[in-house]
Amino acid sequence: MSAFDDLYQEIIMDHYRSPRGAAKLDHVPQAQAHENPTCGDSIKLEVVVGEGERLERVRFDGKGCAISTASASLMTETLRGLSVSDARDRADTIIKALRGDLPASVLDTMGDLAAFKSLTSFPVRVKCATLAWHALLVTLPAAKGA
Amino acid sequence: MGRIAHENAQLIGTRTVEDVRADFPLLDRTVNGRSLAYLDNAATSQKPRAVIDAIRVYYEHGNANVHRALHTLGEEATAAYEEARGKVQRLLNARSSREIVFTRGTTEAINLVASTWADRELAPGDVVLVTEMEHHSNLVPWQLACARRGAELRAVPITEEGTLDLEEIEKSWHPRTRLVAVTYVSNVLGTINDVKAIAALAHARGATVLVDGAQAVPHLRVDVQDIDCDFLAFSGHKTYGPMGIGALYGKEALLEAMPPWMGGGEMIRSVSLESSTWNELPWKFEAGTPNVEGAVGLSEAIDYLHALGLPAVRGWEEVLAAYARERLAAVTGITLYGAARYPRPGRSASVFPFTLGGIHAHDVAQFLDREGIAVRAGHHCAQPLARRLGVPATVRASLAFYNTFSEIDRLAEALESARRFYE
Repeated sequence: MSAFDDLYQEIIMDHYRSPRGAAKLDHVPQAQAHENPTCGDSIKLEVVVGEGERLERVRFDGKGCAISTASASLMTETLRGLSVSDARDRADTIIKALRGDLPASVLDTMGDLAAFKSLTSFPVRVKCATLAWHALLVTLPAAKGA
Repeated sequence: MGRIAHENAQLIGTRTVEDVRADFPLLDRTVNGRSLAYLDNAATSQKPRAVIDAIRVYYEHGNANVHRALHTLGEEATAAYEEARGKVQRLLNARSSREIVFTRGTTEAINLVASTWADRELAPGDVVLVTEMEHHSNLVPWQLACARRGAELRAVPITEEGTLDLEEIEKSWHPRTRLVAVTYVSNVLGTINDVKAIAALAHARGATVLVDGAQAVPHLRVDVQDIDCDFLAFSGHKTYGPMGIGALYGKEALLEAMPPWMGGGEMIRSVSLESSTWNELPWKFEAGTPNVEGAVGLSEAIDYLHALGLPAVRGWEEVLAAYARERLAAVTGITLYGAARYPRPGRSASVFPFTLGGIHAHDVAQFLDREGIAVRAGHHCAQPLARRLGVPATVRASLAFYNTFSEIDRLAEALESARRFYE
């Protein structure tokens, strides 16, 4: 498999074509959007925290490339039911793994997120995949019960 | 315009494009198993073997510091360095080699003016006029200068077609406009601006004119006396020369009046512990050991361009651009911008910005890379322009004389495949 096919593998293309957790979030002010100035990608998140400080629902509204869209989509799936502090830890671990500050193998235990291991061959695209996770870190402290 | 009809017509002057391509070793390589189609020439050009050899020979045979050593090598290196300056002078048709200051490139050349000229000439309340289509390198230095001097920065809006309208410049004019900083050729839109008319307009109102020539010098015959600009900046690496060398042209009287920029060796006449006096032009602006290797390489690149013939280069690039416009316009789902969409005779460079359906520019570029096709994707160091166009990121194919019809065919075909892949 070529590096390209590895990057745009089926699981990523599936989340790109039919993103989970995608929604129009007009009630979230544009000022809360997280941006990647190098490509103009922008994402807004809505995080609903329910019983026991656990994430009940995460939705995103954004325009971006296949990698950033798939990453946001996968993120909304993987966060459901996590505590706020676990979600924060997960974001932190994933950002570090994608940047190469942690071995990429830590993604192996995170289900479909392992698909992003191939990003290590495309350093320019790492920011595409981390955008949603950075947005999460910024959004989480403001999260309140629905 | 069929491809086959063109097969016999791929000539730069008397040489075939295939023959000219053989002068560029890098064009021979493969990328991801395909032969490389290098369509990112607005970012940097590839280098002919003559340039690469000249740099090697300089280090193997002639390396020494310039303007200092009394020994033979020093004299030879100095002669080579100053010969390069003379070649730049003739390339731009400057009156004197005293008007050519070597810099690291366009960015440094503009920063030199935005520091030394601006600090002397800009007073609080003065206005610097740029345009919406400027590269960050002809925008940010003026933001910094205006902030330092309490001056105001204004931008002339572009038209829907991505051009500059002289009437808009007049409308944006403020009585205290001191400088107009404008690009000759837009690195995003491919628009060739009428810098001669802009200079005349500005001079009639008493303002100074700086032209960003980065995208013009590699493709057009640039004549600073004809344009009558006060400053012009360009980069060697976009002109088939090495990276890290470029030049600032400035009218002698202006350069003479400007204070030095960086201090150090070479730029001084005499130094005491308390103060110094400055060297004459152009060395006043060339502190420290210069990039002699770069100058030697640029010198060779200029010779190479002259050997091909600048009119022949421009002629072939126009044929290539017309073919690319037609081929790309026929791609399903493509949206072209700027000069690619609104071509004007003699006013459109071989730069093709586009988007493909709803597919993100980075995804398109990544797909093209898989096919061995190198393009740029993003805002192309012109974020205000990207916002003006309403597209944060575009794909940009930019051609040079060594590109071929078949590379353009490959681009168009790969774009059809990319659309099918992502949709």
